[in-house]
Amino acid sequence: MITLRNIKKIYEIGDEFVHALDGVSLDIHDHEFIAVVGTSGSGKSTLMNIIGCLDTPDEGAYEIDGQDVTDMTDFQLGVIRNKKIGFIFQQFNLLQKLDAYENVELPLIYQGVQGGQRKERVAKALERVGLEHRIHHRPNQLSGGQQQRVAVARALVTQPTLILADEPTGNLDSKSSKDIMRLLHELYEQGNTIVLITHDNDIANEAERIVRISDGKIISDTGGVVE
Amino acid sequence: MKIGQAVKMAISSIRSNKMRSFLTMLGIIIGVMSVVLLVSLVQGATGSITSELDSLGGNQLTVSIVNPDTTLTLKEVNSLEDKEEIIRVAAYNSGSGTAKAEGNSSDVSITGITENYTDFTELNLLSGRSILEIDNEYRLNVCVIGNSVAMDLFGNTNVVGSKIRLSGKDYLIVGVLEEQGASMLNSTDTTIYIPFTNAQRLLYSTGVSSFYVASDAETLDAAEEVLDTYLLEKTGDSDYFSIINMASIQDTINTVLNTMQMLLAGIAGISLVVGGIGIMNIMLVSVTERTKEIGVRKAIGAQKRDIVVQFMIESVTLSLMGGIIGMVLSIGILSLVTALLEGYTFSVSFSVAAIALGFSIAVGLIFGIYPANKAAKLKPIDALRHE
Repeated sequence: MITLRNIKKIYEIGDEFVHALDGVSLDIHDHEFIAVVGTSGSGKSTLMNIIGCLDTPDEGAYEIDGQDVTDMTDFQLGVIRNKKIGFIFQQFNLLQKLDAYENVELPLIYQGVQGGQRKERVAKALERVGLEHRIHHRPNQLSGGQQQRVAVARALVTQPTLILADEPTGNLDSKSSKDIMRLLHELYEQGNTIVLITHDNDIANEAERIVRISDGKIISDTGGVVE
Repeated sequence: MKIGQAVKMAISSIRSNKMRSFLTMLGIIIGVMSVVLLVSLVQGATGSITSELDSLGGNQLTVSIVNPDTTLTLKEVNSLEDKEEIIRVAAYNSGSGTAKAEGNSSDVSITGITENYTDFTELNLLSGRSILEIDNEYRLNVCVIGNSVAMDLFGNTNVVGSKIRLSGKDYLIVGVLEEQGASMLNSTDTTIYIPFTNAQRLLYSTGVSSFYVASDAETLDAAEEVLDTYLLEKTGDSDYFSIINMASIQDTINTVLNTMQMLLAGIAGISLVVGGIGIMNIMLVSVTERTKEIGVRKAIGAQKRDIVVQFMIESVTLSLMGGIIGMVLSIGILSLVTALLEGYTFSVSFSVAAIALGFSIAVGLIFGIYPANKAAKLKPIDALRHE
């Protein structure tokens, strides 16, 4: 359960102040599949960074599972990112020196999960995305679609509150895109909460709920209540 | 994160950049090698010099009377043993001559000694016996010869019982010495030892102009004073005699050698610091290159501490590997030098090895802190955007 209230983020570019987010309020409930749609510069990336605890808002309140995130220390934010959020990036962002298994294992290592349990969970996550036969391949030995599936496995291995996917199909061909979207659907149907950030309306239409954002404001929301 | 995991990651990162890692390590390798080699060489030389000095005896004084008109008699010298501070004395004299046997001749040092002499200077007998009191008492024409003398004159060392001719007199060989080898001091190899009383006649010297005095470590300085007073009274001038205190010479030499060792280690230590700067430089480059990686790690939950540990372990692994390689090379070079240089033994002492490796770990830690902190302080959002 995520609650955003009147979130503002202001960047200073030269003498001008740019309101990247200008009073955004949003509730994300457990087991939702939301697409946040907007053009480049609409503020959707800033929103994603704030939801993902990579960045902090200048104003407003943000609660995740009842915890107020806005006053957290770097350490606490690290714990939130590690345990409550699973990231899927446009550029996959896998570590090139590690193989698929080690990439998926990394968040569990940082969490301090012990060896045997870790092995089990990594294997399960890779099986979930259908890569159990590629566990010792490095990213450069995998296709784009496979790399993104490793990234999905890495996002879901910690059993996060929220899977945050930023243009997950932006670097993929149409077939791999379909595979990834099908995977996200399956994950949603199995009870995960997914927030998909995209500029692509076709992709967005696959979500259960669509939030449109423009100039730092939510302009429409098919599911929630806009204040 | 577990240290084992971090070490694994560090090694894989070092291996993925082999040439760069090697060049970085080279600074530490050279630094460790120069520290270990210089200190070990000085230690080896110190060992040789100290054992050479020890062979001359520790708690003893060497007295020489330089004015030929005021020598002491053997009886006077021997009576010095009655003094409380003095345990034993041994008069000796030395000169040179030509020894002949079996048609061969050899230039030799001749040293006249009494039985006590072997208490001061060790004579390692290969066969036979040394010069005894009875030889002096009866002025027997007997001699103990050095190894080279035997080889030069007879071609072998199995010559106890044979005779050699010294200044027209036949001497019976009663002992042959072991080969001593190269020495900075007078070698026993080319020396013939004969009874003191015979040597007085042979070398045309009357009285005693040189003798050793033995004392205890505690009474050595007191003995020196007693001798000084006694000899000043006998000769009338402090310029006419000299007393050499081996212990104080040894102390001085040790101080000089220790200072030299510290100095060389210090100079070599500078190269270790330079190596450390090389590591810091490469780690800084590595942090910049891997900004994106750091961003990803932070996004999936790495804490500052995890990033610091990762980079610190990388720099310590680099410097420790350099240290170990430098150590192995040093040991190789030292055993080669030992094999090539006769009479010297060079080895890496445990303390030198421990200090050098300890220093390379310290260098890795000290010069790794700054880059590691720089990496850890990156904001995840900025690091992720970095291309």
